Amino acid sequence: MTSKTNETSQTNWEPKIIAFLCNWCSYAGADLAGVSRFQYPPNIRIVRVPCSGRVSENMILSALKSGADGILVSGCHPGDCHYISGNYFARRRFALLGNLLDFIGIEPGRVNFSWVSAAEGEQFAEVVRTVTEKVKELGPATRLVKKIEAMQAA
Amino acid sequence: MPTINEKISEEIRAQAKKLLAEGTVAAVIGYASGSLPMTVKPLVVRRPEDCGKLLWNTFCVLNLANFLPEVLKSVEPPRGPRDPKPEGPLPKVAIMATGCWSRNIVVQIQEHQVERERVVVMGVGSRGMVSRRKVEALFAGREILAVEELDHDLIVRGSGFEEKINRWSVVRDNCQTCTHPDPLLVDVRIGEPVSDRKNPNPFKQVDELEAKSAAERWGWFTSEFATCIRCYACRNACPLCYCPTCFVDDAKPQWVGKSLDATDTGLFHVMRAYHCAGRCTDCGACESVCPMGINMRLLTKKLNKDVLNLYGIEAGMQPDSPLPLTTYKINDPQKFIVTEAGAGKEGE
Repeated sequence: MTSKTNETSQTNWEPKIIAFLCNWCSYAGADLAGVSRFQYPPNIRIVRVPCSGRVSENMILSALKSGADGILVSGCHPGDCHYISGNYFARRRFALLGNLLDFIGIEPGRVNFSWVSAAEGEQFAEVVRTVTEKVKELGPATRLVKKIEAMQAA
Repeated sequence: MPTINEKISEEIRAQAKKLLAEGTVAAVIGYASGSLPMTVKPLVVRRPEDCGKLLWNTFCVLNLANFLPEVLKSVEPPRGPRDPKPEGPLPKVAIMATGCWSRNIVVQIQEHQVERERVVVMGVGSRGMVSRRKVEALFAGREILAVEELDHDLIVRGSGFEEKINRWSVVRDNCQTCTHPDPLLVDVRIGEPVSDRKNPNPFKQVDELEAKSAAERWGWFTSEFATCIRCYACRNACPLCYCPTCFVDDAKPQWVGKSLDATDTGLFHVMRAYHCAGRCTDCGACESVCPMGINMRLLTKKLNKDVLNLYGIEAGMQPDSPLPLTTYKINDPQKFIVTEAGAGKEGE
């Protein structure tokens, strides 16, 4: 418990960002950023999904619940989806989810959505930099995070 | 002189009796009087002689569309899961429906839960249903023993008091902001049609909250849902919630904890509302059945607002077009995407 408190103290706190990347574009974009040696913050934890259309609100919210400080969901650019239309359906769902989370008071910038193609290594690094910066400014996530320790103490 | 609702009740009984006696339908879904003042209970009538139990009043807050898929299944001849569908038309079911409930039936048809040919909609124009909670709040500390309904007033009686209150002042919030009170599907018309209401801003409550800061909204969210006891009445009363296994009952993976922890309750309500996105008709059943008086309808109302503003769709209003989340447009708004030029909040 003490180590956790230290970790979340302002000085050396580093955000944990869960990135859901689609297998065909954004994951390959991340791969390209890696082989091209583009520098980006090491705060993201990548979850590889078949398509951005596969990412449900359950996954995003459960990542928040488990203490993720930020979320990034990234798919192919509209029109480039490997499954033709997966990202179009995802776009409608993410727009509504983003607005709903904003409505209940989740800070804007916690949950992010982007399009990154397999050829955009530098853009991927840029997206990660932007998102990490935003989340760092917000500080550790407290809203919709399940605090087991607080429950045990009660 | 009988009141409007007494006349409607008479008409419902006569029509239900006729439909059952003729054999047009195998069952009629309606309301019977409840055991407490200001309550009704849902009733499925299968014999013409039982039609006298049916009634219509201003306290019909439950959404009957919720029972439709189950009742339709119950009137089918019994068969095993792999047996073929019997030949010939299956028995029909009649159901009362106002504006919002008929739109729920439309959504059920769009989602292939209900076959249009098997439903006989007894359309009733809604005059708004009274919130029991609002009436009880007016008489805090005094027990209400009986409520008599007139056309525009309610007479509330208890031991030692009798008061007349204006009916519209205690009508539910969702009915007060409703713009489509008349049923969309009508096979048998009951009473007079009601015209669409002009409402300058049906999303006023949502707008007021949106104008606040993120911290204030979070404060509202946590305090509103703090009293939730996870009884799932909101889910069970909802005609959209027909999944055999709900996400809250999933154990592997367990999306939402089953405890009364504030995060778990909050997540349950966010996910429940989100699953109704583009399907909710704002019937208010969830709010009406909540034993703790939580206004969870605001979450679905917010989603309704976004679906209307971003995609121009109101649930259940266009029976021939697909549901908003099962379709897309190439040029759907995407200002919320961080890689887009001028990225920002959607809908602004």
